[in-house]
Amino acid sequence: MNIDPKIVQRSIVGKGIAHDSAARHVAGEANYIDDMPELPGTLHAVFVLSPVAHGKLNGFDASEALAMPGVAGVWSAKDVPGHNEVGPIHTGETLFAEDIVDHEGRVIAVVAAGDFETAYRAAKKVKLDIEPLEAVLDIEEAHRRKNYVVPVQEVIDGDVDAALASAPHVFSGKLKMGGQDHFYLETHIAYAIPGENGEMLVHSSTQHPTEVQHHVAGILGIHANAVECQVRRMGGGFGGKESQPTIIAGAAALISAKTGKPCKVRLKRRDDMAGTGKRHDFVVNWKVGVDGRGRILGLDAEYLARAGNLPDLTGPVITRALTHTDNSYHIPNARFVGHACKTNTVSNTAFRGFGGPQGIITIEAVIDTIARELKLDPNAVRAINYYGDGTGDTTPYGQKVEDNRLVEVTDAVLASADWQQRRAEIDAHNAANPIIRRGLAMMPVKFGISFNLTSLNQAGALVHVYLDGSIFLNHGGTEMGQGLFVKVAQVVAEVFQVDLDMVRISSTATGKVPNTSATAASTGSDLNGMAAFKAATAIKARLTTVAAEHFDVEEEVIIYREGRVHADNRSVSFGELAKMAWAKRVQLSEAGHYATPKIHWDGKTMKGRPFFYFSYGAAVAEVAIDTLTGETRCLRADILQDVGSPLNPAIDLGQIEGAFVQGMGWVTCEELWWDKTGRLRTVGPSTYKIPGSRDVPPIFNVRILDNMPNREETVFRSKAIGEPPLMLGISIWLAVRDAIASIAGSVPQLDSPATPEAVLRAVNQSSPSGSR
Amino acid sequence: MVRPQALVCICGGALFDKLTMRERVDCKELNPAAPSLSCSPNLPHGELVEPRNSVIAAKSSTRFCSRPLDAITLADEADIMSNSVRFFLNGQIHEANVRPDTTVLDWLRNVPRLTGTKEGCAEGDCGACSVLIGHVDGDQVKYHAANSCILAMGQIDGRALVTVEGLKTGELHPIQAAMAENGSSQCGFCTPGIVMSLAGLAASNPQADDEAIHDALAGNLCRCTGYRPIVEAARKVVAAGGAAIAGPHVAAFAEIEPQSMLSDGGAVFHQPASLNELLALRSEKPEAILLGGGTDLGVALADYHTDWNEVIALASVRELRQICETDNHLSFGAAVTWEEVLARVSAHYPSLATLIRRFGSTQIRSMGTIGGNIGTASPIGDGPPALIALGAEIELASLSGHRFLSLEDFFLDYRKTELRSNEVIASISIPKPKEGQAFRVYKISKRYDQDISTVCGAFSVFREEGQVRSARIAFGGMAATPIRAIEAEQALVGTALDRRAAESCAAAITARFKPLSDWRGSAEYRLQVAANLVERFRRDVAGETVEVMAL
Repeated sequence: MNIDPKIVQRSIVGKGIAHDSAARHVAGEANYIDDMPELPGTLHAVFVLSPVAHGKLNGFDASEALAMPGVAGVWSAKDVPGHNEVGPIHTGETLFAEDIVDHEGRVIAVVAAGDFETAYRAAKKVKLDIEPLEAVLDIEEAHRRKNYVVPVQEVIDGDVDAALASAPHVFSGKLKMGGQDHFYLETHIAYAIPGENGEMLVHSSTQHPTEVQHHVAGILGIHANAVECQVRRMGGGFGGKESQPTIIAGAAALISAKTGKPCKVRLKRRDDMAGTGKRHDFVVNWKVGVDGRGRILGLDAEYLARAGNLPDLTGPVITRALTHTDNSYHIPNARFVGHACKTNTVSNTAFRGFGGPQGIITIEAVIDTIARELKLDPNAVRAINYYGDGTGDTTPYGQKVEDNRLVEVTDAVLASADWQQRRAEIDAHNAANPIIRRGLAMMPVKFGISFNLTSLNQAGALVHVYLDGSIFLNHGGTEMGQGLFVKVAQVVAEVFQVDLDMVRISSTATGKVPNTSATAASTGSDLNGMAAFKAATAIKARLTTVAAEHFDVEEEVIIYREGRVHADNRSVSFGELAKMAWAKRVQLSEAGHYATPKIHWDGKTMKGRPFFYFSYGAAVAEVAIDTLTGETRCLRADILQDVGSPLNPAIDLGQIEGAFVQGMGWVTCEELWWDKTGRLRTVGPSTYKIPGSRDVPPIFNVRILDNMPNREETVFRSKAIGEPPLMLGISIWLAVRDAIASIAGSVPQLDSPATPEAVLRAVNQSSPSGSR
Repeated sequence: MVRPQALVCICGGALFDKLTMRERVDCKELNPAAPSLSCSPNLPHGELVEPRNSVIAAKSSTRFCSRPLDAITLADEADIMSNSVRFFLNGQIHEANVRPDTTVLDWLRNVPRLTGTKEGCAEGDCGACSVLIGHVDGDQVKYHAANSCILAMGQIDGRALVTVEGLKTGELHPIQAAMAENGSSQCGFCTPGIVMSLAGLAASNPQADDEAIHDALAGNLCRCTGYRPIVEAARKVVAAGGAAIAGPHVAAFAEIEPQSMLSDGGAVFHQPASLNELLALRSEKPEAILLGGGTDLGVALADYHTDWNEVIALASVRELRQICETDNHLSFGAAVTWEEVLARVSAHYPSLATLIRRFGSTQIRSMGTIGGNIGTASPIGDGPPALIALGAEIELASLSGHRFLSLEDFFLDYRKTELRSNEVIASISIPKPKEGQAFRVYKISKRYDQDISTVCGAFSVFREEGQVRSARIAFGGMAATPIRAIEAEQALVGTALDRRAAESCAAAITARFKPLSDWRGSAEYRLQVAANLVERFRRDVAGETVEVMAL
């Protein structure tokens, strides 16, 4: 397929059209699963969760719960007719604990009743017989014991030992970075409705309907063709609903199959936070060798990731961390090693960025350290290490960096942010103010677009044209707020040159488009947009033949414009053409399929071209810190982000801003805290603090890189947007480091998140006298 | 309406300051809301005092006295008991037969199935469940946002409840329209709650600046947008002059007067209208839950941790709703909300006002009361440290009379107070600022808005000719109770509040406390910050900008 960006007519694609549900969102008329009318007899179910981090599960006594009026039953591992399996990749990841509970919040059983409150109260009355076992809660302790959930991964290029041995300067460091709860506003939910002959319809708040379908089938011991999973929209996903929904949907379907009644499982916030995975927290030890100008000669980085109790998606998360440790910098000799540490904490999972943030914060800490040790401008150290054009352009995992926009993006953001002038102002401020210090930092982000695992990079779409000219659109992508549905609808409307209103957006359903990948890795519009483009284009080709026959002209003469189909000065409406095509027995429906070209990946050697292309962005952040309390505030942020030729710049702008603020949360105020027994104590917004409206920098300039179509043949030459800007939030953490460095000029020992306590600790370390 | 408006009593200040503690009771009970002496409660000390301010007295309404108080005894409960909660639901009178301790959110979603209102956290922190509550205030109906997840149905008896479904009248409300066209929603799940909070702002503060917009949004979390388009939509609506809430007129509220007792499903919800009624109930039913705004107690309710089988709600007790201001004191009835406190203290103590604005959220401050904040006796409550440093006094009342304590003496141990089982908190009295006084309160938390303090430190010093004559310092988050730091105070007295004085004060703090470590901060951090706040105070008083949020 060839889409030449110059000649493609664009009347709908590229416009900043509002989210398709915006008017319903604001009116409370957008329905989420919990808002759907409930069928008579609907059961509500609540999990019984382990209160201990590690123990032998001898059994439980549910008699008190079962005696409560309205309670329909209690189910656990032994009740699963098929496989007690919910893992996205590996087997052995059970829905219900069997002999061992291995994290606080582990699902042991599920209790159903006629209403939610009764089920919730009943679940608390199930008495658990658990023999506590020693719990491993610390990543480094797990590493010492060699407790891993998947084998070690290594990206190796060149000879790092030799490079470090001969480098003029060698620096090392250790960085601890916290995890992050997704805090989607809608907690996990599923509503299972039994049909005849063993069929099961599951409404699931999932980014991955196909996985829910398959695991429900596996749990029930039936074929996948008996299960349909549907999702109209989620109240946020951020990766948290990629693999985890199988737990919730699996339980709902199990109860539904057992009782013959519809069953809803909705997690209370605390159960959602205790019982489902989060972003992986990491500890990384690194050692870098550089020359006198700060050019990196070799980097050795060892990552310890908190997998939690199970592999889940930890393997691919580590892969992405290792393939983003370079960020924007050419590292000629590299050894990046990732261990998936098994701890008695909830299994961590996908979260927007998916290991990318952990890799990128690491290399940015390295760069910052090099600059401060060598007393160089950090931006100069960045620039000298950027991937080159034609030389120094190959990543440690073997992919050439083509269409490199690093210099362009970073120069532009430094200029628009008045870097030089503000740098001088901030330095002057710091010289005069001992207590409130300011910091400034710039960072680039280069993010690889595609699932690392090549086979996931495919999508399907279904397009029907009805006889009134209205169009029905379905595809494998899910809507979680990111605006995927409107973008793909724009693509289809663009192909047919009809009003966007003529394209009906429909719930994602495994019965309509099968075998889909998760809506993840920022690929939603790339994959599904292109699948829908192919389906619509195929129908359009057939319609064009009909129109050419009708007008008795060559097909080249036929033009689609504003809902009509033209041949010179004659035209018919799109609906009339559809009727003509039907009368000629022409197929007005098409299933499109798209597989991303050019990509390949060898998981054994960790080499290949995993990414179809890279997305580029840069940010400048300014902060103030209080050296008495460690409080921080981001005063200004300037962002420039490459989105190719955007499908919908308004939606993309929202993604950039939202991702940046989410990234800011990760590196500042969001802190997961477990007590000494392994109990997560930050299980609600009263204890787990995501950014609020006042935390957004008062000066917040976000720009999209203009007129830069994707060099690769993506849909209308657009680029993915979901994840890359999240990592721009790291600029705030770097600015905090800069502010701390102003105190003593030494390298700040700052962990992430930079909570007031973490900042004050770093301030103390920078101040010889300790307490200031 | 349920909640009597906060009543302001302006007595002759000079007189007030000469009054004894006991006499101050009289002042507070110069209840301008009482329409006539026949409706006034029998004062605990057996005296009737004429209202002195006829202007304010004229604002009184018969609604407080719909029944002669002296005719009510507990034996009459059966006659006045109602099985249904009665309120305006999106403009229409609605009677709900429901346990009064059912949360408004559960009722909305399960009974009328108004599902636009969402459950995001069930602890009053995310705002997805926000609704508007309307009550009569003087000659108008005022609306404020509230968290329906932690609000009991009994609490809306006699009020107007507006949900997102009721906001749209044919066409979208201006804030809905502005948000829909401005990319203000992504996943949309937080959106109805944000719409309600901003509709509340647009109705109550058409002059709102950005700070007021952030204040209105502090109780609403959005995980998708980064807030910029939401704030912009709010600015746009405010710039256009705001927007009123379509709803019942003042007179219509007469049809849904608060009922003194609601009962359904084994749960009883008392709504006494006077202090006498309250004290009789308290004496009779010492186990009943005393409910201020329910912003703390409601969290356990939302988690189905607890049932409220018997509640005594304070929101309708007119004496507890009074605000009394004299030349030298501000006195707040225990059921005065933090939003109302905020409005009164801003001019006197800007630092206290800043603290209060960070206190929960608009939703929480509109429900939560000053008495409840003290009565719940949390070691991390933000009201007590500031009030202790200001030298506040607390008035406790029972059928056997009133007693007054310094606030710091009220707190005995972790969640243990001086309050006896037959007593209620009646009022809190705060001295107004005096010549030479410098007062600051600092809240340190992970997030600026709507967070709970890791450490909250309050400092008040009186200086003459540059010398500190007296000092009061109090902390939250440093011990099992809000607590004064006497040794630290002494370290400042007689000094010029110089660096050396601050250092010895800080050292006294370090020596004095052994705080806990938890998710909000380690013991070491708390100790260091508490000590460092002295230096901040010293610099602040000297005129330096000391907080990053002031930049």
